[in-house]
Amino acid sequence: MKRYSALSLFREGLRAHRGWQPAWTKARPKPAYDAVVVGGGGHGLATAYYLARIHGINRVAVLEKGWIGGGNTGRNTTVCRSNYFYPESVALYDLALRLYEGLSRELNYNIMLSQRGMLIAAHTPAQMEICNRIANAMQLNNVDGKLMGPEEAAARVPLINTGPDARYKLMGGIWQGRAGTARHDAVAWAYARAASALGVDIIEGCEVAGIDVQNGAVAGVETTFGPIRTERLGLAAAGATPGLTAHVGVDLPIHDYALQAFVSEPVKPCLDTVLLYLGTGTYVSQSDKGELVFGGGLDRVPTHGQRGNLPVQEAVTAGLLEMFPAFGQLRLLRQWAGVVDVVPDSSPLIGPVGPSGLHINCGWGTGGFKAIPAGGWLLSHLMAKGEHHEISRPFDLDRFARGRLIDEAAGSGIAH
Amino acid sequence: MQHFPCPFCGLRNETEFHFAVEAGHSRPEPAERVSDAEWAAYLYANKSPKGESREVWLHLSCGEYFILSRDTVTRAVLGSVTLPGVTR
Amino acid sequence: MTGWRHQTLGRNIDRSKPLRFSFDGQDVDGFAGDTLASALIASGQRILGRSFKYHRPRGLWGMGAEEPNAVLDVRHGSEHWPNTRATLARAQDGMTVTSVNAWPTARGDMFRLMDLAHRFLPAGFYYKTFMALPWRFYEPMIRRMAGLGRVDPSCAPRADVAQVSAECDVLVIGAGPAGIAAAKAAAETGKRVWLVEESSQLGGTLRWRGGEIGGTPWQEFAAATREIVLAAGGRILTETTLWGAFDHGSFAAWERGVPERHWRIRSTRTILASGGIERPVWFANNDLPGVMSAEAAFHHLILYGAAPGRRVLLAMASDRGVPVARALTDAGVEVTLVDARKTPVDCGVPRVTGRIEAAHGRRGVDSATVNGKRIACDTILCAGGTTPTLHIWCQAGGKLDWDASRDMLVPRPGTAPMTVVGAAAGVLDLETAVEDGWAAGSEIEATNRPAPKSPPDHVFRPDPSLPGRQWIDLQNDVTLKDVTLAAREGFSSVEHLKRYTTLGMATDQGRTSNFAGLTAMAAVTDRTIPATGTTTYRPPFQPVPLRAIAGPARGALYHAPKRLTLEDMHRAAGARFREYGGWLRPATYGAGDETTVARIEAQTARQSVGVFDASPLGKLDVIGPGAADLLDFTGYVRMSTLKPGRARYGFMLSETGIVYDDGVVLRLAEDHFLVSTSSSHVEGVRYRLEDARQDRIGRGRVFIHDITQGFTTLTVTGPKAREMCRKAGIELPDLPHMGVGQTSFEGSPMRVARISFTGDLSYELSVPANLAHALHDRLDTALPEVGGCWIGLEAVLILRAEKGFILIGKDTDGATMPHDLGWGGPRTRREDEYIGKRSLFTPEAQGDKRRQLVGLRVRDGDAVIATGSHLIEDQGARRSLGFVTSSCFSPTLKRPIALALLENGRDRIGGSVQVFNDGEVRSAEVTMACAFDPKGEYLDG
Repeated sequence: MKRYSALSLFREGLRAHRGWQPAWTKARPKPAYDAVVVGGGGHGLATAYYLARIHGINRVAVLEKGWIGGGNTGRNTTVCRSNYFYPESVALYDLALRLYEGLSRELNYNIMLSQRGMLIAAHTPAQMEICNRIANAMQLNNVDGKLMGPEEAAARVPLINTGPDARYKLMGGIWQGRAGTARHDAVAWAYARAASALGVDIIEGCEVAGIDVQNGAVAGVETTFGPIRTERLGLAAAGATPGLTAHVGVDLPIHDYALQAFVSEPVKPCLDTVLLYLGTGTYVSQSDKGELVFGGGLDRVPTHGQRGNLPVQEAVTAGLLEMFPAFGQLRLLRQWAGVVDVVPDSSPLIGPVGPSGLHINCGWGTGGFKAIPAGGWLLSHLMAKGEHHEISRPFDLDRFARGRLIDEAAGSGIAH
Repeated sequence: MQHFPCPFCGLRNETEFHFAVEAGHSRPEPAERVSDAEWAAYLYANKSPKGESREVWLHLSCGEYFILSRDTVTRAVLGSVTLPGVTR
Repeated sequence: MTGWRHQTLGRNIDRSKPLRFSFDGQDVDGFAGDTLASALIASGQRILGRSFKYHRPRGLWGMGAEEPNAVLDVRHGSEHWPNTRATLARAQDGMTVTSVNAWPTARGDMFRLMDLAHRFLPAGFYYKTFMALPWRFYEPMIRRMAGLGRVDPSCAPRADVAQVSAECDVLVIGAGPAGIAAAKAAAETGKRVWLVEESSQLGGTLRWRGGEIGGTPWQEFAAATREIVLAAGGRILTETTLWGAFDHGSFAAWERGVPERHWRIRSTRTILASGGIERPVWFANNDLPGVMSAEAAFHHLILYGAAPGRRVLLAMASDRGVPVARALTDAGVEVTLVDARKTPVDCGVPRVTGRIEAAHGRRGVDSATVNGKRIACDTILCAGGTTPTLHIWCQAGGKLDWDASRDMLVPRPGTAPMTVVGAAAGVLDLETAVEDGWAAGSEIEATNRPAPKSPPDHVFRPDPSLPGRQWIDLQNDVTLKDVTLAAREGFSSVEHLKRYTTLGMATDQGRTSNFAGLTAMAAVTDRTIPATGTTTYRPPFQPVPLRAIAGPARGALYHAPKRLTLEDMHRAAGARFREYGGWLRPATYGAGDETTVARIEAQTARQSVGVFDASPLGKLDVIGPGAADLLDFTGYVRMSTLKPGRARYGFMLSETGIVYDDGVVLRLAEDHFLVSTSSSHVEGVRYRLEDARQDRIGRGRVFIHDITQGFTTLTVTGPKAREMCRKAGIELPDLPHMGVGQTSFEGSPMRVARISFTGDLSYELSVPANLAHALHDRLDTALPEVGGCWIGLEAVLILRAEKGFILIGKDTDGATMPHDLGWGGPRTRREDEYIGKRSLFTPEAQGDKRRQLVGLRVRDGDAVIATGSHLIEDQGARRSLGFVTSSCFSPTLKRPIALALLENGRDRIGGSVQVFNDGEVRSAEVTMACAFDPKGEYLDG
C-alpha cells in the first residue's frame, strides 16, 4: 500500500500522479474463505478490516452486489455523535466515535472527521427537561454532554430565527462538542483500502442468492459468481438483510423505509455546528464544500425503492426555513433517498441468527453511518470469537423475547 | 406523492394513510399459553418483502383499516380490500 | 471587451426601455427583456466568475440551467439571491451583481495563484494529506475557500409561494416543436392539457433557429396551440421549472411568475419533450472565457442581439453548426468553421477541416491551435453534439440505452410511464420531432420512422493524447487528468468517479460534464459506454428555491397548534399562552414572574377555588352493545364492571405492555361510555379503539365518535368548588367522588363529573362549544365572590404533582408498565385478554430492577431539584438508577417536591439516594409519589 502524505502528494505532483495505485484491489472470488462478509458498505468493509487487523483472519471476502459504499454509507448526512440516553447506546456509539477519532491516522486516509460539535435544540420547558435528562445520562456515562441555555445555544447557530414571528423559540439544548461530521464516501474507501492491503478480497458486482447450510451450520453462500465456501458468515447488508436471512428461515423485526437527504447550493460558511431542532425535527449541517446538508423524518411508506416523495420534502424544507429564514435565499441542489432498515426500538440488531456461524449487523435505521467503526468492530468480534463482545450483547435479537428493548425515542423523548 | 385506494373513500394521497402492519399476523391467545418467543414473533417479526407485499393500512381520514397490496420496489399499487374483520 | 450588441437583432429586448445594473462595481447597460447573461455579453464583460478550485477565469458557456460558470450574487432592493445563474435571471434596473468565489472581483481575483499549484491539487488530494493534526485544524481555511455565494444574514425572504395541487389529462413537459405539437394534438381530442415550459415563450429552438411546423410558420402554430389548449380547459405554464417526477404520476413544478407558485400536478398521461443540450468540445484550456456553446451564441444573438465576439472559430462535426455560422456571418462576425468530419459539406462559410487542439490566452481566448497551427480568434464556439435531456424520464424510473448510431443515451422504451418525443428522444430532425409529438398527443402510433442512420462520421470526445488540461467539469474544476487518476486508483465505476472527483456535483448538476466524464472513463478504462454505466438523475431537475418547496408553512402556519374556544376570554384575563400537547393553553394568568404566579394560583386553588380550561382532554364516545367488551379489551383496567353514572381511572397499553395513555372512563349509560384521553393522544386512542372494533369486537356492535372539539370543559377545583358553582347559578347534581351526572345550563344539558386531578373537590363542567362563553362568564362572575381565580396549566401541574398524579410521556417513558406506577392489580388478577397483557410477563417485565414511580424529598433547603436530574447510589460507582420526571416547589407543603422513576423504587421508600445534575450532587429521601393528602381527605371539600 503506497502511503498517503503531503510528501507523497508532492512527489507524485512532479510526475503527473502516475505512481498512484488502485485504492483497493478489484478481486475475483476464490472458492473458499475463512470468513465472508455480505455487504460492501462501511459496516461490511470495517468488519473485514478488523477481522484481518485485530483477529488475524486474513482470508476474508467482502461481497458487494453493486459498488462499495453505494448504499446508505454514501447516502446520509454524515453526522457522527454519541449523544444518547441509555448506557447501552452510549457505549456503542461512543466506541464508534472514539474509533472515528483515530481513523484517519490508523487507516492513512483522511476521512475529514470534523468535530465541530452538535446541538440538539429544544423549544419548550418540557423539551429542556428531556435534554437535561439526556445531558446528565451522558455525563454519568462519561461522555461529553452538557445542557446549554438559550444565549449560549443561539451563539452556536447565529442565523437561527429568534424573531417574534418564530414558531418555536430556542430555549437551549444539549451540546456535544465531540460530535461532528465525516466525509462519508472516504470512510468506505479508507476501510476498503486498508482491508485490501491486509489481503481482504473486495468483490464488487457480486450478489448473494442463497446461504448454504449443512448440519445446522453455515457452509457457504451462493453468489452470482458461483458458490463460495465459508463457515463464518457476516451480514452487513442493511435493508437487504431480511431478504438474506429469509434464506435460512429467519424473519427479522425490520421494516424498510426511504429516508431522504437534501443538499443546497454551496455558500460561504454560515453554520459551523450540526443542529437537530426538536421543534421541527429537521437537522442540518454545512459541508466543507459549503452545501447545507439537511434532513428530517422518514417517508412513512415501507419500501425498498431509493426514491423519496414530495410531502416529506415539503415538510423538511419548511422546517429548515422555519429555523433559518435567511436560508430562504438558497436553492435545493440535490436530493436523494436511502433505504433504511428500521427496528421497532430503533436500535441495531447485532448477533447470531439461524444456523451457527451466521451473524448479522443491521437495523441501524437512520443512524448507521455514525456507528460504522463500532458496527464493524463488533461484528468482527462475533465472527472471530463466536460470541458477543459486552458492548454488542444488549443488541442481540433475543432482546425482543426478553422484553428488553433499547428504545431511545421512548426513553429520551427524542427520535434519533 | 403516492396515491392509495381506500376501499371506502377511493384514491387519496399518501399523507392520509398510516401503515399498520404486514398482513397475516394473528394474535396468539390466551396469553398464558403463549411463549416469549411466539409473542415476540407476533409483535415484531416481518418479511419486509422486496416486491409484492400485503399490508394492513389505516386511512386516517375515515378511520378504517384495510388490506393494501402493492409492490415495495416499483411502488405499484396492486389493489385494496376491506379487512375481513368481524361482522356480527 | 469582445462581446457587443447588434443594432437590429434581439427579438426579446425592448430598446425603448434601457436599464443599468452593476457587475463587480462596473456599470452594465442593457434593455428590458435582457437576461443578466445577454446584457453582460453585449456589454463586453468576459470574466464572469472564477472556478471552484483553481480560481481560473471563466466566462459564459450556455443559455439556461446548464450554465456552469456565470454564477452570480444578485442584490435588488431588499432581496438577495446568491448563486444565481446569469442565464436564468432577468436583468433589472438597479441590480447589484457580483461574481462569486473571487476576491475582490472576478477580473482581479487574488486567489488566481491557486492555479499555479494545480499539479499538487489533483482530484481527491485532500484524502491523502492533512492527517498530521485533527481535521478541525485545517478545515476553517478550506471552508472559507469553498462555497460560492454568501447568505445575507439580514435577508429573510418571505414565505409567500403558494402550494397548489392540480390534475390534468395530459401533461406535456417542454414547449419546443415536439411539445407544442403534442399539446395541440391532445387538446384537439378534448383532453385537458397542461403544457409546462421553462422559458418565457413557446417554440423552443425555433425561437432562434426559425422554421415551420406542418407548413405554417412556427409562431402561428404556437399561437394556435395556446388557443386550443386553453379552450379545452388546459393550462400553459411558462417560466415554470418542472423539477420533480414522483410516484403515481405526480410532478412538482415551480412557476416563477407573479404570483409565484409551487405546483403539485398529477397527470393521467405524460409526454416528455424536454429537448436536449449541446455538448462541449474538448481541447486544452477549453475553460477559457470566450469558449462557448454554439447553440447558446445563436440563442443570445437572435433573441437579445448579443454577440460574443468578432472573430469566431466554430468547432463542429455535424450540420447543426452551419445555421449558427450563417447567422453570425450575417450579423457581421468573421466566422471560420473547424469541421472535424472527413467529408464536410460546403455551406458557404470559410472552413478548416480538422480540430481545435488548444485555446490560448490569459484572461480569455486570443487564439487557438488548429491542426497544429495557431489561429487568432476571440471566441470559440462548440457544437459538440446533443445530449437528450432525460432527467424527468430517469426520475420517473426510466432507463437509458446507448445508441451508437446517434452517439447518445436514449430512453429505453417502456421503462417509465411517459412518452418521450423530440430531441429528448434523440430525434433532432424538426419534421420527425413534430410528427412524433403529434402522434403522442393524439395517442396514435408514430409512422414513417426514418431508417436508422449510420454512425456519425466523427464524434467529439475528451482526448488523452492531447497535451494540456482539458476541462470535463467546469465549475468543479475536474479535468481529463483527474478522470485518468480516478481510473488509475480504481474509482472507475461512474458513481465512484463522481464521488471521488466531484465531477457532475456542481450547481449545473453535471449537464455539461456527465457525458464527458462517462465517455472519458470509458476511454481510459477501455470499456464500452454501456459497460461503464450512467448515474441516476434525481429531483430537482435544476436547483429550485427552498422557499418554493417549503411553501407558506412558516411562523404561525408551521405545525399550527390547536386553539381553545375560549382563547379570547383567557387572553382578556391576561393569560400567558404556551403549547402543551399540541394545544395552545394558558400557562399562567397575569403579570409577574411565572413561577411565582403559578404558586399563587395553586395556593388559591387549594385554599378556596381555581378554575381551569380542561377542554383539550380527549373525549371519545363509545356507544353500543359491544362498548364494554371493547373497552375491556383495549384497556388495562376493566370497565365492564363500572356502573352507569360512575367514572373510573384506567390505562391503555400498547401490545408491548408499555403505558400508552391514561384517563378516566365515564359510563353514561349501560351501552354508552365516554373515554377521556391525554390531549395529545386523542387520535392515537381513537385508532386503537377502531382497530379493536373492526378486527375483534365487530363493526356493528359498537361505534366510536371523537367529540373532543365539540365541547368545552371547565374544571372547578378547591374546597369552595361547590359554593362557587352555586353562586354561579349552576345546579349541581348530588354526586359522589367519581360520579357523573347531568344538569341543565341555559336550556341545554351540561355534563358534570366529580373527577379530581388536583386532590381537592372538583367538578368538570362540560357544555357544547356554543355555550362555552356563557359558562365562562357565569364562572368568571362568581369567582371573586369566593376568593378564587383562574389558574393556568402551570398551577395545575403543581397541584397534580403534589398528589403524585402522572403525566404520560413526562412521568413515564418507553419502558414504563402499569405495575411500575403502582397499578399491579389487573396484571395479577385479570384472566381475560387485553391489549398488552402478554408483554407484562416477559422476563424483563417480571424483573426486579424495574424503574418505579416514587417521590423525592430533599434535605438541603428549598432549592427545587432540576427535572432531568439522575439518581445514583449514595456510595459506589456512579450508575444511573433513574431520573427526576417532575419537580416543583409545593406551595401547600412549603417545600420542594419531585417525582422520579427509580430502579426498584418502591423498596427504597424511606431510604436515600443522591440526585445528580450537571456534575453536582444532592441527597434526597425516597418517598411515596403522593406528597399531599395521601388519604384523600380533601376530595369532598
